[in-house]
Amino acid sequence: MSIIEVSHLTKFYGKSRGIVDVSFNVEEGEIFGFIGPNGAGKSTTIRLLLSLIHPTEGEGKVFGLDVTKHGPEIRRSIGYLPSEVFYYEGMKVIDLLKYSASFYEGNFTERMKYLSELMELEMNRRISDLSFGNKKKVGIVQGLLHSPKLLFLDEPTSGLDPLMQRKFFDLIKEENKRGVTVFFSSHILGEVQRLCNRVGIIREGSMVEISEIHSLQQNNYKKISVTANGLTPEFFDTPGVTNVQTENGSVNFFFKGDINAMVQKVSSLKLDDVTIEEPTLEEIFMHYYE
Amino acid sequence: MNKMIFKHEFLIRINSIITWTISVVAMVFVFFSFFSVFAGQAEMMQQVLEKFPEELLIAFGMNEMNYDTVLGYISFYFLFIQLLLAIQAGNYGFGLVSIEETEMTADFLLTRPVSRAKILTSKFMAALASMLLTDVVMWISMFTAISIFSEGKDYDMATLLLLLFSVILFQLFFFSLGLMISLMVKRVRSVTPYSLGLAFGSYVLSAFSGVFGDVKLEYITPFKHFEPAYIVNNGALNAPLVLINVVITVIALVAGYWLYLHRDIHAVS
Repeated sequence: MSIIEVSHLTKFYGKSRGIVDVSFNVEEGEIFGFIGPNGAGKSTTIRLLLSLIHPTEGEGKVFGLDVTKHGPEIRRSIGYLPSEVFYYEGMKVIDLLKYSASFYEGNFTERMKYLSELMELEMNRRISDLSFGNKKKVGIVQGLLHSPKLLFLDEPTSGLDPLMQRKFFDLIKEENKRGVTVFFSSHILGEVQRLCNRVGIIREGSMVEISEIHSLQQNNYKKISVTANGLTPEFFDTPGVTNVQTENGSVNFFFKGDINAMVQKVSSLKLDDVTIEEPTLEEIFMHYYE
Repeated sequence: MNKMIFKHEFLIRINSIITWTISVVAMVFVFFSFFSVFAGQAEMMQQVLEKFPEELLIAFGMNEMNYDTVLGYISFYFLFIQLLLAIQAGNYGFGLVSIEETEMTADFLLTRPVSRAKILTSKFMAALASMLLTDVVMWISMFTAISIFSEGKDYDMATLLLLLFSVILFQLFFFSLGLMISLMVKRVRSVTPYSLGLAFGSYVLSAFSGVFGDVKLEYITPFKHFEPAYIVNNGALNAPLVLINVVITVIALVAGYWLYLHRDIHAVS
């Protein structure tokens, strides 16, 4: 069953573009990655599905219900973690969480305790005294508190330290095992690859590609930069290497293929420095436009 | 209505309610404490006032006043209480939904499983309760002030009650208009300039409508709709003007609801 059905969804803010003719489905129980650079329309899509903004054209359905007509009903089973978290500054963390919980049916005391201990959240501090990362933690606990069936995560890891990021990912995986569907928006390819089953790529307001994460990875490039004495670009004139450039004595290029062969080739050099990086999203997009 | 939102909205405004209530009560008592001075020298006061240009007196609503009666004296300074109440009501109206948007908490509230109509109604009720609380304390302090300072002079209770209760409609006008305007402009960065502008703007219109005689500015300003001197002198509300007031208030409220239900809540930018 499709938890999210988006068809020909379009949003213009006056004349400026939000998203144009976006269609996709998210199936029950999957973690759907939604990636694109800033301003591509990720937040616009999420905000449309949460009925914070109204579509110009097209429709979105969540749990089979139209988002413009059944907002309150849909939101009963939704958890939302915005990219930037803002809460009532004067409130204490515990009061905000209780306020949030009061909107849902059930008793969430145990779960509040479990989640806040897991995320190492201090419950008696004022929101205004919290750092960005700590506010984010409040957002995580708040979003998961009422055991929603569908989670919207909008760039959830910004502001979290690596340890917390890992705990957060474990928590999301755990929720997902219980059957929670996750809509995961991000501009960091690595975290999407770690977590998601399928991924949609959005660029300049349009969906460019929707694919299984495996196929995306197979098509993936590595960005390699090598610095060594007397190194010439011709050294890397082998299959799979493209876009060779020399800059400040180091040779940069993209590589697609067996990474072992490349590492062996590089190891024959007397290196000053080497970096192997994930390509940036922009570079992935270039691939889709080839 | 959602009780949790009501409670939250009321508590978040509690400091403001206390501050405004204290100001209003202070004004009631401070002005009334001069009653005996004014009443004792009413004749002299009248002579002084006669030397002022008629237009100026009209502008300040001082042309038809009897400072030696309880109601006459109250009607003289009730204008200042109205001004305070107008600013307070304007604050609550302009800030009702705009503060959530400038402080970015709208995302939190509007992603709860509650319809926007319910959210706005709960907020509206909380603001109404806040204003009524100020009113009730003002009413009590007015009666207390009368019993302390009136020197046993008689007054018409029905007229006084009419004047005191009229502030509810008066406040609702500024509240509703504030709400509607806040939803029509792109972003309200700070509430106070708007509410001060609306309150003083309306007051100035009322003052000028007296000066220019023919210009019918009294149709649009609540300071004319609920002019204390008129209520006291006639023992009744100015029915046609009050009707206009209520119609404007209702239109503004309906427009406010419509705008809020169709509003796009923009992301942080």
